[in-house]
Amino acid sequence: MITLEKRAGPSKAWALVTPLVAVALTMIVGGILFAALGKNPFETIRTIFLDPLFSEFAWFYRPQLLIKGAPLVLIAIGLSFGFRAGVWNIGAEGQYIMGAICGAAVGLAFHPMESRLIFPLMVLAGAFGGWAWAMIPGVLRVKFGTNEILVSLMLVYVAEQLLASMALGAMRNPEGMGFPGSRNLAQYPSAANLELIKDSGMHWGVVAALIAVIFAYVTLSRHIFGFQVRLAGQSPRAANFAGVNPAGMILICLGISGALAGLAGLFEVAGPAGQISIDFNVGYGFTAIIVAFLGRLHPIGILLAGGLMALTYIGGEIAQSNLGLPGAAIQLLQGMLLFFLLAVDMLTNYRIKFGKGGTV
Amino acid sequence: MDLSSINPILLLASLMVAATPILLAAIGELIVERAGVLNLGVEGMMITGAVCGFVVAVSTGSPWLGFIGAAVGGAFLALLFGILTQYLLSNQVATGLALTLFGLGLSALIGQGYIGIKAPSFPDWHIPLLGDIPIIGPIVFQHDPMVYVGLILVAATWWFLHKTQGGLVLRAVGENHDAAHALGYKVTRIRILAIMFGGACAGLGGAYLSLVRVPQWTEGMTAGAGWIALAIVVFAGWKPWRLLLGAYLFGGMTVLQLNLQAAGLAIPVEYLSMSPYIATIVVLVIMSAGRAPRSLGRIFHASR
Repeated sequence: MITLEKRAGPSKAWALVTPLVAVALTMIVGGILFAALGKNPFETIRTIFLDPLFSEFAWFYRPQLLIKGAPLVLIAIGLSFGFRAGVWNIGAEGQYIMGAICGAAVGLAFHPMESRLIFPLMVLAGAFGGWAWAMIPGVLRVKFGTNEILVSLMLVYVAEQLLASMALGAMRNPEGMGFPGSRNLAQYPSAANLELIKDSGMHWGVVAALIAVIFAYVTLSRHIFGFQVRLAGQSPRAANFAGVNPAGMILICLGISGALAGLAGLFEVAGPAGQISIDFNVGYGFTAIIVAFLGRLHPIGILLAGGLMALTYIGGEIAQSNLGLPGAAIQLLQGMLLFFLLAVDMLTNYRIKFGKGGTV
Repeated sequence: MDLSSINPILLLASLMVAATPILLAAIGELIVERAGVLNLGVEGMMITGAVCGFVVAVSTGSPWLGFIGAAVGGAFLALLFGILTQYLLSNQVATGLALTLFGLGLSALIGQGYIGIKAPSFPDWHIPLLGDIPIIGPIVFQHDPMVYVGLILVAATWWFLHKTQGGLVLRAVGENHDAAHALGYKVTRIRILAIMFGGACAGLGGAYLSLVRVPQWTEGMTAGAGWIALAIVVFAGWKPWRLLLGAYLFGGMTVLQLNLQAAGLAIPVEYLSMSPYIATIVVLVIMSAGRAPRSLGRIFHASR
């Protein structure tokens, strides 16, 4: 007979080990899945997890790692505040889109003027767009008690429609021969989020992600707000007695995650993506949820998890083109990773006891 | 624009069809939540049901077998959620999200070879006598069988929850799992069954989309229907009959905006397409008056 016994506090050692166990389990079950799809499991796993870093074409893939990882880390850092405090913003994808739309709108409005002030202004607009979009579920939750999970998610679909309407209408490139999509911001020097070091993949979004990691680390471990966030998540009642304002907590957490998601969208639209188009968003907002949990909602953990997730994206693309692995298999692998993580997470909070437990 | 091209009878009839997938998914989730479990993976189970139903229906040629396959697929995915949340005591919100992400990937993988194929047809029933009544006949009594299955499920759920002992136990588990445990009810087992029922219903809802409503398989075809089902459960205050109202309200909104699109209203298509989601938010804001089951979303761990 196996029973679970609650630990007095979460085990630090298991908290560090469980993500690794989850990754290992994902590789094993993923390998079985790949074998079932008629691929060589070892070759596929190696292609996904190692080739982007160590193959002969790694010089091409390593910059991609930063480009894909930055938005994931930026969004996940924002989400981690809310997830710690029990505020579930799962509409980061929508906030990401709105950040891109608002930021691009500023850039496009100034075209073809050249000024050093345009890009900073776009950054502000991007953060504002994401923040404002996240404030909708925030204010509705605070004023009317509406469930923020559902509202933030519904707004993703609204934002996607808005994106389509922008790409086809208001923001369409007047010189684009009628094709959908805006002007290419990457070709407009004042608005472009170009690589800071040539061929490194390092753009302003990567810098912002690193700053966000440091900022979050300091806030969570050294600042009273970080303490309040942790308290609100672990014991809402105790947080109330400690003078934490629940409404303020909800608004701040949603605000931070919205603004960071908006920033991620802006850096993407002004750099790697280049333009507002119908298929601009590729699900970073949802994958960031996995990144946040895989990183144990800890800034350093999120940084590592973001890197790993970016790796699966790039490795997945390589496996797709070289081995003919279907793209959906990678999506499944990512979902599986979160599943296994949640499953083995039990070990941090509970102890497994074999045999009949003693009586109390 | 030509509003006279919209036929009110056809509009009301297609409203019932548009509401059915959401109604099916929502009735399952209602049972799950009344048992005290918050499964946010409805979208994932729905799309898995959609693809399982489609694959089974295409390969057997029978839509009925398709629906059975969809229910099995949805229930299987729900079982994963059940094992994680009930035995491995994981966070229900996070696990539900994981289930959705997993389901979207799984369905895309299963459905790869089935894009662009047409589903075997599922003929409408023309119920004798009742179907011949003018106006009401075409609106209510000339649909495919699954529309009525949805209605029967709502009635059966109400009856089960309020008129049977099993329903009483289920509600007790949802309101206070510690007390239910102390009374000797198997909290975990009851919840697992509820979760699997929820998954089967979500699967049926998904299959209704891929086999009747569309009827084709495309990736991500549920487009948030699972989330809307979750919203409707909140809107309904966890009561089966109000669920019907919520689903029809939403179905009406969807059908109306599609009709307006077809009629060439001067509003861009994108703004009409976002209207059902905005309507859901508005409805959530003004009408979420019900009280959630007390143990909803809380982890049950029987301490000795």
